[in-house]
Amino acid sequence: MRLRYIARKCGWALLTLLFVLSANFFLFRIMPGDPIGLLARSTRLSPEALQQQIHLFGLDQPLPAQYLTYLKQTLSGNLGVSIISGSEVSETLAGRVWPTVLLVGLGTLIAAVIGVIAGIKGGWTRDSGFDRGSLYSSLLLYATPEGWLGMLLLIVFAGTLGWFPAGGYASNSGSGAASFGDVARHLFLPVLTLALGYVGSFVIVMRSSMIDVKEEDYITTARAKGLNDATIRRHHAVPNAFLPSFTLIVLSVGFILGGAIVVETVFSWPGLGLLTYQAINDQDYPVLQAVFLISSGAVILANLVADIAYGYLDPRVEGV
Amino acid sequence: MATHLPLGDPADEVGSMSPRQLAWRRRGDSFGRTWSVFRSNRQAMTGLVILVIFGLLALFSPLLVSEDAVDPSMASGPPNSPPISGYPLGTDSFGRSVLALLIVGSRVSLIVGLTATLGAVFIGATVGLVSGFYGGTRIDRVLSTLTDWFLVIPWLVLAIVLAAILGPTLLNVILVIAVTSWAMTARIVRAQTLSVRTLPYVERARALGASDASIITHHVLPNVFPVIFAQAVLTVAVAILSETTLAILGLGDPTSISWGIIIEQAFNAGAMANGYWWWMIPPGLCIIAVTLAFTMCGYALEEIFNPRLRRRG
Repeated sequence: MRLRYIARKCGWALLTLLFVLSANFFLFRIMPGDPIGLLARSTRLSPEALQQQIHLFGLDQPLPAQYLTYLKQTLSGNLGVSIISGSEVSETLAGRVWPTVLLVGLGTLIAAVIGVIAGIKGGWTRDSGFDRGSLYSSLLLYATPEGWLGMLLLIVFAGTLGWFPAGGYASNSGSGAASFGDVARHLFLPVLTLALGYVGSFVIVMRSSMIDVKEEDYITTARAKGLNDATIRRHHAVPNAFLPSFTLIVLSVGFILGGAIVVETVFSWPGLGLLTYQAINDQDYPVLQAVFLISSGAVILANLVADIAYGYLDPRVEGV
Repeated sequence: MATHLPLGDPADEVGSMSPRQLAWRRRGDSFGRTWSVFRSNRQAMTGLVILVIFGLLALFSPLLVSEDAVDPSMASGPPNSPPISGYPLGTDSFGRSVLALLIVGSRVSLIVGLTATLGAVFIGATVGLVSGFYGGTRIDRVLSTLTDWFLVIPWLVLAIVLAAILGPTLLNVILVIAVTSWAMTARIVRAQTLSVRTLPYVERARALGASDASIITHHVLPNVFPVIFAQAVLTVAVAILSETTLAILGLGDPTSISWGIIIEQAFNAGAMANGYWWWMIPPGLCIIAVTLAFTMCGYALEEIFNPRLRRRG
């Protein structure tokens, strides 16, 4: 039964990936200008390199053949060349992964920890001063455009107060502890922006599942047994109420790239998000295509992980 | 039947009404009940007041601000000036009044938010109704899979790719937001339709020989409509935030000044390095106010129409 559940989820993930690959192929074929013309626009690509790309991706072939070649090349890791730099897209991407993972990973982690703790406390003491306060701040943060929040923090903390650098990854190429401190100083404001942007949804999800669980009969039973409030909350309510937040956390990890685009742009943080922004401005379609593929792939993978983990944590869902 | 009507109604008046009149009468009554619950919700009423203020501002913006005031080549103020007399919110680098930009922006931002939502909700409701009505069939499986795909795909990246391909016009921005934000509506409407289609009155309509299309539009849709409406109100908030994000990334229409475009222009003019706070901060506050207002109204409506969700307040 368990194997069949996992197999079904894997099958769905593969189907979704095929959908993304197809969307990726056809979306970039419906735009004005043919792919050969677009590649030829590049000043960095030598005529030989251009010919090689046309041959590799079968761009002079009819559409169905192009589609199959595209699938084959993409699945073997060849994402084409950047129109602007002329270098392999996969290499360009690889150099940008680490800063993004560092930034968004840290931001998501902080938001999840604070959000879940605040949600537990708020939901358990519904309508208390703390609950009202954390709920309203969550709604306010949810309604705030992330990019604008980042700009605001920049004006205040980098401009007026001058506490933090205005952007970038590091000011000087030192090594060891000095370099670590340098990167951390650059990292502070973008991480703060992301954490503030995400924390609201964690609070709201955790809070509402705490409220739901609190009404359950087994909590009443625990109370009737004479257990104290803190024990019931920690050992009876939280483990069950945590499931939806767990899913949200895993899915947020998948959305890493999507979340980073605006914040990296505002803070000139040299990750995948800034690369995307530059690709938009340069109309560097091969890079955009690869970004869409990678970010969708990450979400699909995160979904699969969440589904399978959920099957273990809550065996009831397997029957669904 | 009569139990659905408010007490104290003379029965003969009801008896003389046509079915259509009866249906509208019932809808009017249910609207009245919804309104009285809505009115007692302080969050929702705060939201509604904010929306009315911005709605009036947007509606009358052509009377308040002339076209010339926001035309970069016609601007008369000193460039990048902090608030001074005549320019209560200062000016941008063309010397345009930031207050004038905000008023024009309210119109564009609300138009984008509302029309994109209309598109998204139309797609979502259609997919959800058809998928739910034919629940379990092949049509349902195809539509549900499509919905799941659109829920899974990182919408911002898809929106960026689409916007980059289509080009930065206002219509394209609306289209891109509509195409990337319908899936949640579809899922909710499908779930609701699945439960409505098993109700006896739907079965009765079928027994009387109504076609599928007629059952969906005349019997299922009115029942599901409140849920669609609540979802639409929530979607406007998402659409306005999406427009802001696209604008900040340079994918907005630079000729239609929305609040997002004002932020992007301030960003590109170095408002952060130069400390032009009067230019950068107000459009963000407007976006927060309107998004928050739509969210609070939407939560309240969702609670009224879908009592199982009564836990957000």
